[in-house]
Amino acid sequence: MTEKLKVGFLLLGGCAGCEMAVVDLSEKLVDALAHLEVVFWAPTVADVKYNDLEAMEDNFIDVAFIDGMIRLDEHIHMAKVMRKKAKTLIAFGVCAALGGTAGMSSLHTKEELFSKAFKNTPTTDNPDGIYPQAHCLVDGKYNLTLPTYEDKVRTLNQIVDVDYYIGGCPPHHGHVAVAIGALVSRQLPPKGSWITNGKAVCDVCKRNPTRNGFSGRVMVDKVLRMVDGVPDEHICLLQQGYICFGPITQGDCGGSCLTVNTPCRGCGGPIPGNEDYGAQALSSIASILDNEDTTAMLMEKYSNLAKFFYRYALPSGTLPRKM
Amino acid sequence: MSFSPNIVGFACQWCTYAGADLAGNLRCKYPPTVKLIKVPCSGRVKPEYILEALAQGADGVLVGGCHFGDCHYKDGNHKTKNRMDLLKKLIEDMGFDPRRFRLEWISGAEGQKFAQVITEFTEELIALGPNPLKGGKE
Repeated sequence: MTEKLKVGFLLLGGCAGCEMAVVDLSEKLVDALAHLEVVFWAPTVADVKYNDLEAMEDNFIDVAFIDGMIRLDEHIHMAKVMRKKAKTLIAFGVCAALGGTAGMSSLHTKEELFSKAFKNTPTTDNPDGIYPQAHCLVDGKYNLTLPTYEDKVRTLNQIVDVDYYIGGCPPHHGHVAVAIGALVSRQLPPKGSWITNGKAVCDVCKRNPTRNGFSGRVMVDKVLRMVDGVPDEHICLLQQGYICFGPITQGDCGGSCLTVNTPCRGCGGPIPGNEDYGAQALSSIASILDNEDTTAMLMEKYSNLAKFFYRYALPSGTLPRKM
Repeated sequence: MSFSPNIVGFACQWCTYAGADLAGNLRCKYPPTVKLIKVPCSGRVKPEYILEALAQGADGVLVGGCHFGDCHYKDGNHKTKNRMDLLKKLIEDMGFDPRRFRLEWISGAEGQKFAQVITEFTEELIALGPNPLKGGKE
């Protein structure tokens, strides 16, 4: 029997949803563990600490998965440590790959974010307006520290070299199974690629108009938001006026949002050959808007286009933050 | 030293680029602030190009196409209009002054108009000052 593949998981600025997607493999994970040995999984699953990773010899881990975006100086440090310890590094999930929803916080100043989070929410009781500090001296002798807040959100590849990318918020567990299968059988694409089936969400979507006998070009003649009504469950959302990013998003999810009547918002990452997700989304959606009135309607319905088109991808964009 | 803005211009080869040519033939006077890039159609200009120009420190970006009804490809400029309307709003949401971006319809017969647009745009950009991103010309 060949030696087991040593894998590690590291959560940076994320919600651990991507790691739930690994746990969601259920029986498949049990089978996979015949070929895999988990040597590090922090801070979520295993009882290991950061300094256990720092103590490992370089290139000890065969495949490391990092999920979550870079928000704190601690994330930068741990990403660099993991890069040294891992032969192959995977940006796992859209936060690590493109920045994720938290990337939209780069459209706000630190003061805006902190005052919202620590002062102005109705459930917050903070009369002195105290913000978290990087250093705090307790009883005159205990010097406690917290990680410091970076000025913007970064993607993993803005800090270290990344070998592969996996999209999704979180990645669909079916796709995680495919990715782990590819890792175990060592059938991987060239370095720097996304691990993907290479198809758009529309390609795997049951509502695709070409599956329902429609030929010609879908033009959007009105724009609706989900609060404006309940879309028909069988017809393409774009045909009904609900803006969907299926045409430009990788469909490794199998179009799951579309099966529950929800438009795609692009967590799967851009289809191959596209660098700037939001700009491409804007361009593609604009080209199927019927006329200027429809465009005006879209801008009226969606008040902040940066947050609309770059929902998961702002830190990876050409302009990664508000100027 | 006074501030001379740096404008990146994308000009459709059938109308605006020919208009710029005519401005030269007519000896129209306009400030030497625009770097013109010829494109097959204004509908070919990807939003990435404009964002990239701003990210690299261009003080203003101009996209020039044919008037409606004149497009060599029939409806290329209608696509431009939809795309650039959205883009202008996106640029504003990203914290730029939307006046740094202009969409103009200039035909091959409008050399005077080309010179006038560049003159006006340059004056407006001087009033706005350099692109807040570094690299904006001093």
